[in-house]
Amino acid sequence: MLAPATTPIAVDRLVKLYKAVTAVDGISFAIAAGSCTALLGANGAGKTTTISTIMGLVEPTAGIVTVLGAAMPRQRHRVLHRMNFESPYVNMPMRLTVRQNLNVFGMLYGCEDVAGRIRALADEFDMHSFLDRETGKLSSGQKTRVALAKSLINQPEILLLDEPTASLDPDTADWVRGRLERYRRERGATVLLASHNMSEVERLCDRVIMLKTGLIEDDDTPGRLIARYGRSNLEEVFLDIARGTGEARETAR
Amino acid sequence: MTVQSPARVAFSPRRVGAMVLRHWYLLSSSWPRVLDLIYWPAVQMLMWGFLQQYVSQNSGFFMKAAGTFIGAVMLWDILFRGQLGFSISFLEEMYARNLGNLMMSPLRPAEFVAALMIQSVIRLSVGMVPVSLLAIAFFGFNLWALGLALAVFFLNLLLTSWAIGILVAGILLRYGLGAENMAWSFMFLFLPLTCVYYPVEVLPSWLQVVAWMLPPTYVFEGMRALIIEHVFRADLMMQAFAVNIVLFAGGVVGFLLFLKSARREGTLLQGGD
Repeated sequence: MLAPATTPIAVDRLVKLYKAVTAVDGISFAIAAGSCTALLGANGAGKTTTISTIMGLVEPTAGIVTVLGAAMPRQRHRVLHRMNFESPYVNMPMRLTVRQNLNVFGMLYGCEDVAGRIRALADEFDMHSFLDRETGKLSSGQKTRVALAKSLINQPEILLLDEPTASLDPDTADWVRGRLERYRRERGATVLLASHNMSEVERLCDRVIMLKTGLIEDDDTPGRLIARYGRSNLEEVFLDIARGTGEARETAR
Repeated sequence: MTVQSPARVAFSPRRVGAMVLRHWYLLSSSWPRVLDLIYWPAVQMLMWGFLQQYVSQNSGFFMKAAGTFIGAVMLWDILFRGQLGFSISFLEEMYARNLGNLMMSPLRPAEFVAALMIQSVIRLSVGMVPVSLLAIAFFGFNLWALGLALAVFFLNLLLTSWAIGILVAGILLRYGLGAENMAWSFMFLFLPLTCVYYPVEVLPSWLQVVAWMLPPTYVFEGMRALIIEHVFRADLMMQAFAVNIVLFAGGVVGFLLFLKSARREGTLLQGGD
């Protein structure tokens, strides 16, 4: 599969082996500019490995991953300033205040007016009241907002999100989703999302890639997946695929 | 557009500055961390200083060689604390689970290493400057009086500490916090081999060969020559510098190989044991 030069993310026959374990087994997909795609699958399906490879943190065993035309991880420094991510696998330094953390990341990502950008993000994510508090002393919801603010500090063209609303109460999670939708709309950003929250995926994403044991099990819009599996929501589709009971899909084939 | 185009910037002083600032924020907001930088060097210096006072009262040689123990312990601390300053700054990123953020940012490995080097000098200064003043107050030993020689000793020891720090950082990247003890104990192998407190001739001849492969050996021999014989051995310092270049290059190559291996094994996001 040869992706067009403008394709933000292109994964071509990606294989990743960890010794004898196959984490990803020859998957291919391309993600269109400005779209929001969900990468779904049960634990161990290969989501984190795929996203880590796209971020340049993991070297493929075989296959090619390109981001904005740069081969990852070899050419990652050509594009890292144009992308960003948020993941529950990482934290920001807890002893630093929110402002200090954002200042450091603003400088790392090459923002010209870091103070101005922090002010804008504080407005956007309602962070003024805790901007000068230590990051480790914030509530889960506040920490998530700070992590999202960090992921938008450089106004990325590509945003990779791993469980962006995990451990948030429904109200805060809804608020976060609204902010993500708005950012994507206003910036025209491409978003790749891994989540176990199916209602979140239905709301945010226009495409779903279902992974199972390192392979792409299905790939379509949320609406078409739900219709094809004869289910009422994406969660039921997920369970069908994860448990191998997707009879509707077999019929559709 | 608020973002510069740093894609072509192979080495950005601003990104180095960001990392130095990040550790400065941490250090300046945590008095236990600052105290820890001074505590052990001060205890070591006092213990060896008093021991030297006692021994010199009972030995003609040590009367003549006054200052060798205390000089040795302070130079050893430059070596040890220099590496520790480098490695602990790196470990702080792992403790904070911040390594993934950094590895995913435009920060390049060379910039990260440069920031850790600067940080090791800052941490070393915070610890060693007060201790050197204490040495004057307690024992009348003025490390600063070594002048240019001190600068050369310092540079050589720092280069060694960085080389080991870089290698240890690579090991930590690859094997996670399970290898944390390497950061604390690696340099102790140098304690007997680099002849911190005794001349190289004391070692068996086969071990002397090993000792001369380590740059600090030249520094400690040079320090003794300066204090006991009042001779600055420029030849030893040049040799130390040459061996340091090889050691430093080895450290960098090791770091890059471990980093590549970490990408292959997928350990960059984990960081645990």
